[in-house]
Parts: sequence; structure tokens; C-alpha cells
Amino acid sequence: MLAELPALPLHEAGKYVAGAYVVVFVLVLVYVAIMAVRLSRIQRELAQLSSSQRAVPDDPRPSSPAPPPVS
Amino acid sequence: MNRSSRHLPHLGGYLGALSVATAALMAIALSLVFFYAPLDAEQGFLQKIFYLHVPLAIVSLSGFVIAALLAIMHLRTGEARWDMRSYVAIHMSLIFAVATLITGSIWARGSWGHWWVWSEPTLVSFLIVFLLYATYQPLRFAIEDPERQSRYASVFAITAGAFVPMNFIAVRLASAYLHPRVLGSTSNLPPQMAFTFVVSLIAIALLFATLCSCELTAKRARMQLRALRRAAEARAGEGEDALAPARRPRSAAPSLQGAGTLAAGAPRGGA
Repeated sequence: MLAELPALPLHEAGKYVAGAYVVVFVLVLVYVAIMAVRLSRIQRELAQLSSSQRAVPDDPRPSSPAPPPVS
Repeated sequence: MNRSSRHLPHLGGYLGALSVATAALMAIALSLVFFYAPLDAEQGFLQKIFYLHVPLAIVSLSGFVIAALLAIMHLRTGEARWDMRSYVAIHMSLIFAVATLITGSIWARGSWGHWWVWSEPTLVSFLIVFLLYATYQPLRFAIEDPERQSRYASVFAITAGAFVPMNFIAVRLASAYLHPRVLGSTSNLPPQMAFTFVVSLIAIALLFATLCSCELTAKRARMQLRALRRAAEARAGEGEDALAPARRPRSAAPSLQGAGTLAAGAPRGGA
């Protein structure tokens, strides 16, 4: 049914070859960009967590109640 | 804390070395494709797509089979990290399969004059495999209980993984085809083309491994961050449910916390 076409000239084949390689490059680039966004989110959350940890005092237990007054 | 946290300090160096090796080999492969490999007598310059399309297809299908092996490990050991690896392998193989379909379509357009040929068993079978695995994420998302989710996903990965080589063999047995055969006929390639093809295949396989490692590292970091946040909330006493078991947002991604008992190596029945 189908037969292979004769070899395309360079100016004709070039756009197909470039298209194929660019598509893969863009796919990898998009994936890396998504990963970068995820990692920056993790970094932001980590910074929030560490800042909230610094805000919490070392010993959060309430201090012992004052002794009752001696009558 | 756990196995993943013990390994995280080493991952930076490992991942960096893997990334550098991948980038270097990709550059070498591209140089070989465009400056070393001779032009094909029949297809001319268009045949350069072969060095991208075929390795992508091979790595993608191999990734599905590897995911099945990892899923077997998950069912055997009950450790959630195998489920995570299987999930990442399928996820990455799907991305590579998309690239395979697009590059194949572009090559078909230039070579045959059509973007897609429905009567060609190789194309259609690859599309079937792709569509089969495209249901993996919805399957995971449909199951809320993390343990059931990981177990069902592993069963799916094994079943679908067994389908991949069967499909490959069935297509090769098909008599009428136009798509060129690659595996088993590399001896027909001139040595320069065969060498370029092997280097391209290794480069694409390394790219797959690097991206999988990146995703695994990101997921482990996210899980450790969640664990740290829960511990901090529990310490700060922000509500009673801070001490309750992790509330996991509905997600298709596996969770090491969700299957914490499995990760700890607790025995389980019925796997």
C-alpha cells in the first residue's frame, strides 16, 4: 500500500530532523523546569519550617506555678 | 531516620556525576549523529531521526519492563520504596513514549508522506502499549487507601509489563509491515552507523536513569520535609491531630509514609 518515498533533499529533510530533535529537547526542558519548580517549592517549605523552628523556644513547657503565699 | 535519609547525602554527588556523564554522552552522541555517521543511501539526511527515535522506543519499553520487575520486588518484600521506583520508572517511560510517538510521526511524515499509518502493526502496537500505561496514573488516583493503591498498581505494572515483550514478539511475527526492523538486524548497519546507534542508545538510557534519579530524590526530599513538618507540629502542640497518622492528600504518587508499616518491613499477608 505504502512505499517509501525517495530520499528528501537536505533542505526538505532538515526541517523534519530538526523538528524531531527539538521536540525531544523541549520535552526534557519542560520536565527539568517542572522539577525545578518542585524543588524550589521544597526549598521554600524547608525555609518556612526552619524559620518556624527558630521561633519556637527550646523548652516550650510552661514554668512552674508560683508557690502559694505563706499566710 | 530511615533508609532514604541515610542515603540522601550521597545522592547529591551520585546525581551530579550521573548528570555530567549524561550531558557529556549526549553531546558525544549528537556529534556522532551529525558529523560521523554517514548519510543513508535510501533516506538521506532524514535517517538521522533513527538515532533518536529508536533508542527512545527501546528505553521506553525497557522502562516498562523494569517497572514490572520493581513491582515484583514490591509485592515480594512489601517495601514501599520499590513501589516508588516502579511508579517513577513508568512515569518516565510514558514521557519517553510520548517522545517516541512524536519523533516517529515526524519521521513517518518525511519518509512515507503520512503522519500516522493505522495499518502498520509496529506503530499501532506501540500506541496500544502507551495507552495501556496511560491508565496507570488514573488507576492510582482512583484508590485512596495507600496500601491498596500501591498493591493494585504493582499488579497492574506486572501484568502490563508482561504484555510489552508479548506485544513485541507478536509484532515481529507480523508478515506485512513497512516499519523497518531494528533489533536483530544491526549487523546490516555499516559499522559507523552501528557505533553511533549504540552510543545514542547508551546516552538515552543514561538520560532515563538521570531523570528517574532526579524524580526519586525530589520525592524523598518532599517526604522527609513532610515528616519534619509533622514532627514540628507535634512538638509545637498545634492541635491534637498533629500526632494523628499522616493525612495524605489524594494523590496518584506513592507515599513512603502511607505504607510506613510496609517500609519498616512488617510482615503482610495476601501480597
